[in-house]
Amino acid sequence: MALLKIKFSQQRRVRLAQGLWLLSWLAVMCGAFIFCLGVYLKIELLRRDEVMENTEIHVVPNLLMLVGLASIGANWVASRVCQDSLDASRFPRWKVLLLGWYAVAALLCCLLLAVVVLSYVLQGRLEESLKVGLRNGIRFYKDTDVPGRCFQKETIDRLQMEFRCCGNNNFKDWFEVQWVSNRYLDFTSQEVKDRIRSNVDGRYLLDGVPFSCCNPASPRPCLQNQLTDSRAHYNYEYQSEELNLYSRGCRQALTDYYMGLMNSTGPGVLSVILIQLSVLLSMRYLQTAVEGAMALETPEGESEGYILEKDVKATYADVKAKALDLLKFAQVDPASEAAGAEEGEKEAEATAKAATPPPAS
Amino acid sequence: MALLVVKFDLKKRVKLAQTVWFMYWFAVLAGILVLSLGLFFKIELRKRSELMDNNESHFLPNVLITMGLLACGINAFGGKVCYDSLDPTKFAKWKPVLKTFLVFCMVFNALLILTALLCFIMRIPLQFTLAEGLKNGMKYYKDTDTPGRCYMKRTLDLMQMEFRCCGNDNYRDWFEIQWVSNRYLDFSAKEVKDRIGSNVDGQYLMDGVPFSCCNPSSPRPCIQYQMTNNTAHYSYDHYTEELNVWRRGCRDALLSYYGGIMNTIGALVLLVTMLEVAVTIGLQYVDTSLSTLANPEDIESESEGFLLEKTVKETFTDIMANMKAMGKGAKVEEGGEEGVATVS
Repeated sequence: MALLKIKFSQQRRVRLAQGLWLLSWLAVMCGAFIFCLGVYLKIELLRRDEVMENTEIHVVPNLLMLVGLASIGANWVASRVCQDSLDASRFPRWKVLLLGWYAVAALLCCLLLAVVVLSYVLQGRLEESLKVGLRNGIRFYKDTDVPGRCFQKETIDRLQMEFRCCGNNNFKDWFEVQWVSNRYLDFTSQEVKDRIRSNVDGRYLLDGVPFSCCNPASPRPCLQNQLTDSRAHYNYEYQSEELNLYSRGCRQALTDYYMGLMNSTGPGVLSVILIQLSVLLSMRYLQTAVEGAMALETPEGESEGYILEKDVKATYADVKAKALDLLKFAQVDPASEAAGAEEGEKEAEATAKAATPPPAS
Repeated sequence: MALLVVKFDLKKRVKLAQTVWFMYWFAVLAGILVLSLGLFFKIELRKRSELMDNNESHFLPNVLITMGLLACGINAFGGKVCYDSLDPTKFAKWKPVLKTFLVFCMVFNALLILTALLCFIMRIPLQFTLAEGLKNGMKYYKDTDTPGRCYMKRTLDLMQMEFRCCGNDNYRDWFEIQWVSNRYLDFSAKEVKDRIGSNVDGQYLMDGVPFSCCNPSSPRPCIQYQMTNNTAHYSYDHYTEELNVWRRGCRDALLSYYGGIMNTIGALVLLVTMLEVAVTIGLQYVDTSLSTLANPEDIESESEGFLLEKTVKETFTDIMANMKAMGKGAKVEEGGEEGVATVS
């Protein structure tokens, strides 16, 4: 008893072929869309490459690009099959390919699902990578004369201005790092000497932040230095001042941005999965209906289309039997040699037995 | 002797009509393009209208929007006429209108050329509007507690960061105005009293700039205050320091931004004008080729298409004569009435 049988007249078969042809071209465009999505995501990740420590998150756009290209190819093949399906002389050559095509299409759907899952699972790894990358960026902020790090200052400044964030977790991260280069410190002045002596590593630490942390929405001109000292500025209360600097940390800002990007692509990817699945099912119906029609005496007559020839259990048993057969075939050769040797022995015994009775008689 | 005569048989006529119909649809798209360019420019002007004192002239985008709509209408009508030209019965109903339509098209093309010229010329009034607007904007930078002006600070800061500019002509413009609000000045401090006493208007002027003037490419942390005092900062010479703050003035930056937009729009409008001229010429040929059939009953007969019925000089003298006749016609009526009045 076949699974999900549907009767197809000649007209319905033609309609199915035409509809599937259109659907497969739609699926080709969806594949192109997925590819472009992957490219866009990759470019966005590469733009902020300098504040990320590892590239584990790149598996998401890489998979998207791969699946997009494979989907374009597979669905183009499907459209060719549709074009040939109504021509009885050209359809049989696709028969062998179709089994492989089903496997590829199913694999693509699974990969797309995996991408959606991965984009949620890898959030923690992304945060870790950003944490380390930003920490290094803040540490090397002052090294504008060290080759290889001289652009860290500009990168971090532009990042903080664009994403409206300050520091790693918040603006206090800048208090723990020396972010003013030694070239611009007057080591003869008392203030500098005091600050350098005030900590073990001899670093010039101050309770100030770079200008890129400043919030333009603040009603007063930006206060960057002596932030913890309420008396250093007129009408300033350190604990209650909210608008002066950006309150969000850059790690949080970047994670939110990338998670937002990947979440907004979620519905698109899910609908592409649905389209691919419907192409797969329609192709199976078309294949079985056309093959059924070709086997009939009157090719214009009705035929049946189904998804599986027998029901799920019977098909599973069939597949298992076939697989075991294949395995047994591999084992048959050593077994047949042993069997041949046994037979030879038996013959020898038989001839020996035949030889012995005559002396009795 | 007609200008640029071309012989047409049926096949050629059909091909001409199809080509011109196709070009008309392109021209409709071009009209939509002009319309969207006008809308885009209008939106860009509105976005920064605060910096132009809400005084900016929306004349150019309005003209672009009108011309875009007109182009869509004219080209759709022309396309319909071309489509009907292959069927003699349908074409017969358009024939009387066609001459006036072609004249109208030529006037429209001239207006399009004027619009393109306008795009290049409007830069000059924009320059003055920007200069005025930015000067006033900087004056209101500190008024974050005055309703109606409280967002000027944020607007100016964001603009200076986005366009990488400082002040009107350069960063020294900030030295001439008070950009720190009185709410944040301690009037009992000596420094404040000195600065206020140092000028006639009693303003707190200082040689410092807001943080949005800072250049992130500078190798040293930004120096915003006491910029002209070399001894206030270690290893600092304000004459040779180039990377500390943006050196460009915001008027220049905004002008080159808007100038770029207007130049692009002007170039695109010129291209659209060329397309419009081409379709007008095409329609003239379609019209004349269908009017000069050798045998009016037989649509398969040969015909001639031309650009102008007589040469350019003769056409010009004809038009002048027509206009004079119309002018005399008006005068004759008046004279006739007077004559009648005097007779009676």
